[in-house]
Amino acid sequence: MSTQPVPFKVLIAKPGLDGHDQGAKVIVRALAEAGFEVIYTGLRQTPEAVAAIALEEGVDVIGLSSMAGSHLPFCRRLAVLLKEQELDEKLWLIGGNIPAQDHQQLRDIGLDGIFPTGARFDEITDFINAELS
Amino acid sequence: MTEYTEDGRVINESGIEIKPVYGPEDVAAGSGLDMLGEPGEYPFTRGIHREMYRKRPWTMRQYAGFGNPSDTNQRFKYLIDNGQTGLNVAFDLPTQIGLDSDDPLAVGEVGRVGMAIDSLRDFEIAFGGIDLEKITVSLTINGSAAIAIAMYLAMAEKRGYNINMLRGTAQNDILKEFIGRGTWIFPVEPSVKLVCDTIEYCAEHAPKYSPVSVCGYHIRESGANPVQEIAYAFCIAKAYADETLKRGLKIDEFAGRLSYNLNIFGNLFEQVAKFRAARGLWAKIVKEEYGATDPKSMWLRMIAGGGGGGLTSEQPELNIVRGAYYALISALSGTQTMALCSYDEAYTIPTEYSARISLRTMQLLTDEMGLCDTVDPLAGSYYVETLTNEMRSEIERIMAETDAAGGIVQMVSTGEIQSGVSAQAYEMQKDLQSGKFRKVGVNRHRIDEEEREVEFHSYREEDAQLQIESLNQVRSERHASLVEQSLARVKRDADAGKNVMPAIMDAVKAYATVGEITNKLVESYGRYQEPIRF
Amino acid sequence: MLIDDVEKAELTHLFERMRGGTTSALSRCLSIAEKNLTGAKYLGSLARNVPGNAITIGLTGAPGVGKSTLTAALIEEWRKRELSVGVIAIDPSSPVYGGAVLGDRIRMATHDLDDGVFVRSLASRRQLGGLAPAATRIAEMFNASGRDVILVETVGVGQSEVDVTQMVKTTVVICAPGMGDAVQTLKGGILEVADILVVNKADLPLASQAQNQLLAMIAMRSSSDWKVPVLLTQADNGAGMEQLVDACIQHQSQL
Repeated sequence: MSTQPVPFKVLIAKPGLDGHDQGAKVIVRALAEAGFEVIYTGLRQTPEAVAAIALEEGVDVIGLSSMAGSHLPFCRRLAVLLKEQELDEKLWLIGGNIPAQDHQQLRDIGLDGIFPTGARFDEITDFINAELS
Repeated sequence: MTEYTEDGRVINESGIEIKPVYGPEDVAAGSGLDMLGEPGEYPFTRGIHREMYRKRPWTMRQYAGFGNPSDTNQRFKYLIDNGQTGLNVAFDLPTQIGLDSDDPLAVGEVGRVGMAIDSLRDFEIAFGGIDLEKITVSLTINGSAAIAIAMYLAMAEKRGYNINMLRGTAQNDILKEFIGRGTWIFPVEPSVKLVCDTIEYCAEHAPKYSPVSVCGYHIRESGANPVQEIAYAFCIAKAYADETLKRGLKIDEFAGRLSYNLNIFGNLFEQVAKFRAARGLWAKIVKEEYGATDPKSMWLRMIAGGGGGGLTSEQPELNIVRGAYYALISALSGTQTMALCSYDEAYTIPTEYSARISLRTMQLLTDEMGLCDTVDPLAGSYYVETLTNEMRSEIERIMAETDAAGGIVQMVSTGEIQSGVSAQAYEMQKDLQSGKFRKVGVNRHRIDEEEREVEFHSYREEDAQLQIESLNQVRSERHASLVEQSLARVKRDADAGKNVMPAIMDAVKAYATVGEITNKLVESYGRYQEPIRF
Repeated sequence: MLIDDVEKAELTHLFERMRGGTTSALSRCLSIAEKNLTGAKYLGSLARNVPGNAITIGLTGAPGVGKSTLTAALIEEWRKRELSVGVIAIDPSSPVYGGAVLGDRIRMATHDLDDGVFVRSLASRRQLGGLAPAATRIAEMFNASGRDVILVETVGVGQSEVDVTQMVKTTVVICAPGMGDAVQTLKGGILEVADILVVNKADLPLASQAQNQLLAMIAMRSSSDWKVPVLLTQADNGAGMEQLVDACIQHQSQL
């Protein structure tokens, strides 16, 4: 067996109807360049689709990029589905336009990391590496 | 953002090196002297009107809309009472992508980022009591724009306005939605056809209405630099024009109703030069390539003042100051309409308070700072004139490159443009993080900030519920067989490749909904699939 | 790595849950196989005890011929025939950073919520010694889980194109007209491994010319019982998929 570590697999999803994907695509590139294997869903994902893709791909990290404010209802629904699929132990992150007053609620829902607009790439990659190792 | 190299060179974001000193020889070397002209005369580099703001200041049109139509109606009236002279209507995402408020995919999104529209009834409520001759209305909608335009015209007609004389604008630039913003519905080809349907329909029935506002704005926000922003926007406008000409219209029958929505953030002089260069070049294209004879066809009319990509969530008060500079750039550039971004745009839709600050910022320029006193005040500056010439050449070069690579429509279909701007966005983000690009509050002059709560425009679930109830009421009151017939005609005309606007007009008048009409079009045109490439 | 009896029992239980159709168990088994985690060997031995009944197809061809779109269209056709599908979609790893963007499944998005389709994206991970081991382990697991059809979409460059023939029963080589000389792109031994040749993007000019060239080249090959068909397809609208699926079935039935 190889001793070289296998790269972590990360899902980057665009939840809901919002079409602002610049940030999502930027983080996909940043993660791939940092050595991760990244699956990008494209726009307009439902919680059901995100859970299904995370399950099929066996990802280590589920990342959402949300810009238009519908993150709370989306994450509430996704949390239920992740539990159903035994995916609630996966590292679950959200980035984008996430106001400070929502952070605690998101953590209560089950989010492990919150990276509002302006977060540095190395903050995100360091967090993933620390949590998964 | 401008690059300052270690060996002391300065290179602007468009890739043009800036000299420490400019003189008359630089202006002469630019071979653009014939492009300067006089304000109000071809090629309009100095502005499309002789006296510009002396006669009438720019239209102030803040982006607004949220919740259900009656919430929005109240906000509109508040803005008008405060001196706003135009309305820039925000729609929620379900409306923008053709879903009714009771669609399962719309849960949690109804009325969130704009107002929810389902049927003509909602337009009647939203614009109730507003004089559509005094206030020009801009509809920020794209994928479902044909339906929204039809609803606006039908609403005006019902209120007794002569739509032959009605002014107003729809954003309706679908090609840029594929590049950034993402509210597409149909595949690229029928989407372009639909835009041209609205151009053709308006040319005939509502000749004062501007059916398309071509958006460099969002292309820039997605990662394009200022010269790419203009080049791609021009390629897009030409694609719509070419398609419309094929239908037998003459260029002078519609070119005068095309307008632009352009971005403002970045270096002040580069931006001003960008707008001046763009104005001259567009006039030249429309005159020389398309053979227009009416000067109005050659005008680059624009809305500018937005630049969300330049705002920061760090030290957010600085965004008020940035907004003031954006307004200054926009005024120095001779814009027709200003929609200034609000300081809280980086994290929410504007509150009443932040919208008022933006409005007052523009009013400071017109009332206190003398920005309306004379036309094109930076003209004759060696620097600005040289840069204007250089930016124009660069825009022309990128346009030629795009055409040589198959043209903008094909490059959007294959995802090449999207992939290119997204790669640039990534490089820009890396440069911001490394400090290569200077950004106050981000990589320079940072302070330790507590994460603070900010005042938010709050989302009310009850509004969504009310909207669904109102939709159900419309459905129960309307004439079912009329709706059915009109929807069948939408499908029939779409299948036959006809202009679908007359059928959509009939359908909205029968109170068919956004979702119902969109579904008929999807049955015929299909749905877009993103060609994602990295 | 040796595992004890308790672990064996747990893995056997997991394996049985997968065989019973539990999707989360399939996902877990695939991950163990993909990353060659502890237990991969044991699970593999269980998987190899299951007869290899699945129809297995490798899809290969140069980048740009429309492999992902064709894979998506093929899935559609298999689903019409009510067969379940497992897909292994392989994208290249960056030789510099080791990371990868796995972008193929986006073309198959219409099947995200279809239980009959399970897509596992895989990076080529060349630095770990080639794609074959992980892809083969995953294909074995798909077979053991009872998937009717297994599609393997390759990176489309280098050795992976030939490697894939080792792990599938039918190798479909795809080309497209208008990419220089379509036939030129099939050099380097790839033509020899093809069981079925496809000229995709058949709406483009020169498609039938490419088809004729390929037929001529096939005719020169040493005779065998299987006559390699050269099919025209348009993956973006599904044209030719019925014939392609029929050809795959025919090829596997004569093996």
